[in-house]
Amino acid sequence: MTVAHVLWYATRATGIVALILLTGTLVLGVVGTARVASERWPRLVTAGLHRNLALTATALVVVHVVTTILDPFVSIGLVAAFVPFASSYRPIWLSLGAVAFDLLLAVLITSLLRDRLSHRAWQVVHLLVYVCWPVALWHALGTGTDTRLHLVLAIDIACVLALAVAVWWRLSLTSSPAIRRFGLLTLVALAVLTAIFVMAGPLQPGWPLRAGTPPALLGLRLLSEFIGR
Amino acid sequence: MTRRLAINPIACTGHGLCADLLPELIRLDEWGYPMMPEHPVPDHLAALARRAVRLCPTLALRLEPVAQ
Amino acid sequence: MTMAPDMRATVPRHARPADRPLGLVKRLTIGWRDTDRVTALGTHLQRYGALPPHPPGTLIEAVTSAGLTGRGGAGFPTGVKMRAVAERRGPAIVVANGMESEPASDKDEALLSRAPHLVLDGAAAAAREVGATTVAVCLPRAKQWLLTLVREAVAERVRAGYDLVAIEVYDLPHGYVSSSESALVNWLNGGEAKPLAVPPRPFEKGVGRRPTMISNVETFAHIALIARFGPGWFRQAGLPDAPGSMLITTSGAVAAPGVYEVDAGITIGAALSLSGGAAEHIASVLVGGYFGSWHDTAEVTTMPLASSALRRIGAGPGAGVIVALPAHACGLRETAKVLGWLAGEGAQQCGPCMFGLPAIAEDFAQLATGRPQGQLLDRLHRRLGMVSGRGACAHPDGAVRLARSALAAFAADARAHAAGLPCLPARQGRSPANAMPIPASAGGWR
Repeated sequence: MTVAHVLWYATRATGIVALILLTGTLVLGVVGTARVASERWPRLVTAGLHRNLALTATALVVVHVVTTILDPFVSIGLVAAFVPFASSYRPIWLSLGAVAFDLLLAVLITSLLRDRLSHRAWQVVHLLVYVCWPVALWHALGTGTDTRLHLVLAIDIACVLALAVAVWWRLSLTSSPAIRRFGLLTLVALAVLTAIFVMAGPLQPGWPLRAGTPPALLGLRLLSEFIGR
Repeated sequence: MTRRLAINPIACTGHGLCADLLPELIRLDEWGYPMMPEHPVPDHLAALARRAVRLCPTLALRLEPVAQ
Repeated sequence: MTMAPDMRATVPRHARPADRPLGLVKRLTIGWRDTDRVTALGTHLQRYGALPPHPPGTLIEAVTSAGLTGRGGAGFPTGVKMRAVAERRGPAIVVANGMESEPASDKDEALLSRAPHLVLDGAAAAAREVGATTVAVCLPRAKQWLLTLVREAVAERVRAGYDLVAIEVYDLPHGYVSSSESALVNWLNGGEAKPLAVPPRPFEKGVGRRPTMISNVETFAHIALIARFGPGWFRQAGLPDAPGSMLITTSGAVAAPGVYEVDAGITIGAALSLSGGAAEHIASVLVGGYFGSWHDTAEVTTMPLASSALRRIGAGPGAGVIVALPAHACGLRETAKVLGWLAGEGAQQCGPCMFGLPAIAEDFAQLATGRPQGQLLDRLHRRLGMVSGRGACAHPDGAVRLARSALAAFAADARAHAAGLPCLPARQGRSPANAMPIPASAGGWR
C-alpha cells in the first residue's frame, strides 16, 4: 500500500464521514429551530452539539480537501478546492465540491464572528446551508468512487432520509402555509431529482468516464487497486 | 469589573438557552421569556454568563458594566 | 423684541400675581370660541404679532429660563432637549408630534385645527435655533381632514414666503405605540411605526442619522409665544416648578367635557370645576390617560396636575388628561375594556408584552364580569409584577399602572367580583358607562 493509496482512501473516507456529520449538523439545526427540549435533553445540548458537529464536520472536510490536493494521481490543486472548473478531473462534480466548501466556509466564518454582525446578516448567510448540503451530496454522488457500493449507497439514502424527515417535521410545525408548501415542494423535487440523477448517472456502468475522469487515470486506478489488494 | 446581564427585548424570542445555562440567575416567566436579575453577576458565574451571551440564538443577551 | 442675554437676570422667577388664582388662561386658545374655523396666517399675525428675529442661542436661553417642559406626556425640559440637539455637529431635523394616539386626549387635534400657525411658528423657530433645515409634522392618517387643514396652513406660509425652513407633513398609522419618539423616528427612516430598543437616542442620531428634536405640537406652540413675549411672560402663568399654561382634556361625567387651556399645576378639582363640574357624583378619576392611573376623587381633588406633585402618589399628568368616572359605573369594567384594547395595541415585538398584556386583560375581564377562574387575584397580581420594564417601550408599564391603580381604587369591587358577587354599581342596577372610548383599529404599521 503506497502513500497514494492512503491518501485516496483518506479522501473517500473523510468525504463520507463529513457528509454524515454535516447531515447530523443540519438535523440538529432544524430541531433547534423547533425549540423542543426535555428534562434530559435541554436546548443547550442541541445548540452545543450542533456547534461541535459543525466544527468537526468542517475539520473533516478540510482533511478531505488536503488529502485530495496531495494525492499524486489526480491533478487537483489548491485553487480547485475553492474555485469551480479549476481542474480537469470530473470538472462538474468536483466544482460542486468547491461550491459546497465555499458555502460551508462562509457559514462557519459568519458564525464565528456572530457578535460583530447584525443578526439579519448572520441569518441570511446561515440559511445557505440548505444550498450547501444538496450541493455537497451531489458532489459526493458524482465524484465519489464509492457511490455504487451498497454500504455507501445505504449511507447516502440514510442521510437524505434523516434530513428529509427532520425538515418535513419542522415544516409541519410552521404556521405559514406558504412556507410549508414551498418547503415540501422543494424537498420532494430535490429528492426526486437526486434519485433520477443517481439512477441515470453513477449507478450506470461507464459513469467515471462520463463524469470526466481523465481516461489515462481510469485504467491506472483500477489496476493499482487490484494490485494493492 | 462587575457586570450585569441585560437583554434586548425585541431581539429576544424566548429560546430559553440562557435560563438552561444560568438557572441561578435567569428564570423564565410563564410565557418562556427570561427575566434578568437585578443584581450584578457574581464572579463564580462570570464565565457561564459569557457563554450564555455567546449561545443566545438571537444575540439578545449582553453584559453591561455596572457603574460603581 | 430681542432677548439680550443679560435680560434674563431681570426677569423675576415667580412673576404670576399672587392674587390671581390658577384657572383658565388665554394664550394658545385666543379666538377659539369666536369661530369654529382655523385661524388663517393673516389673522394669526394680527393676533400675536410677527415672530421677532433671534440671534443664535437666545431662543434656547429663553426656553430654558421659561422652564417649558414637553407637553406630550413625558415632561422633559424643552430647553435641555434643544441644547442637546443644537450642540451636535451636522444638520439637524425637527419633528412635530401631532399623533395624539391617547384616546382620552383631544388637545393636539384642537390646537392644530384652530391654531396651526402657532405650532408651525414654534417648530420653524426651533429648527432655525438647533440647526435644522427641515421640519417634519407627523399626523395620524385616519384624520384626513386634519392633514388637509395643516397642509393648507403650510401652503399659506409657502405662498407668503414666511419660513426659512422646509415644512413637510406626513401621515402615519395611528396605533397607540406609534406616537412614541422612537416609533416616529423609525417610520420617518422608512421603517414601521414601532418603538426601537437600541440606542442611539433621537437627539444624537435620529431621522436620517441626524440629531433630531422631537416634541409635541403644543410644546412648539408655547415656543412660538416664548419667542415673542419672553420667559418672564411665560412664567406669569402656572407655578414656579410648573410654569406656563397647558392644554388639558377632560371627559366623562363632567357637564362640559372638552379641551381647556389652564395654568400648569392647576388642581384636579379646579380642572373638573372648569369643565362645568360634576354632571353626577364622581367617585374616581383617571389621571394621565389610558396609561395613567385611577384615583379616588377625594384623594386628588387638591393635587396639582403636575408631575412634581403627582409623582408622589405614583401618578403623572400625562398629556393633561382627566377622565371622570361616574359613581354608578363599574371602574373595573371600564378598565377591563381598555386593557383588552391596550393588549392588542402593542407592537408585538417583545414577548412579555405580547403575551403578558393579553393574559392580564383576560384575567381582568374575568374579574370585571365576576366570573373568576382559579386563584384569580393571586394570578393577576403575579402577572402584573412580571411585565413592567421588560419591553422595549413603556407600553406594558402603562397598562400595568392602569390595572394596578384600578385594583387599588376599586378594591371593594375587586373583592366582590373575585368572590363571584356583583359590585355596588351592578347591584344598584345601573348600566355600565362608556366613559372610556375605544378607537377603531389602526390598520398596519407603515
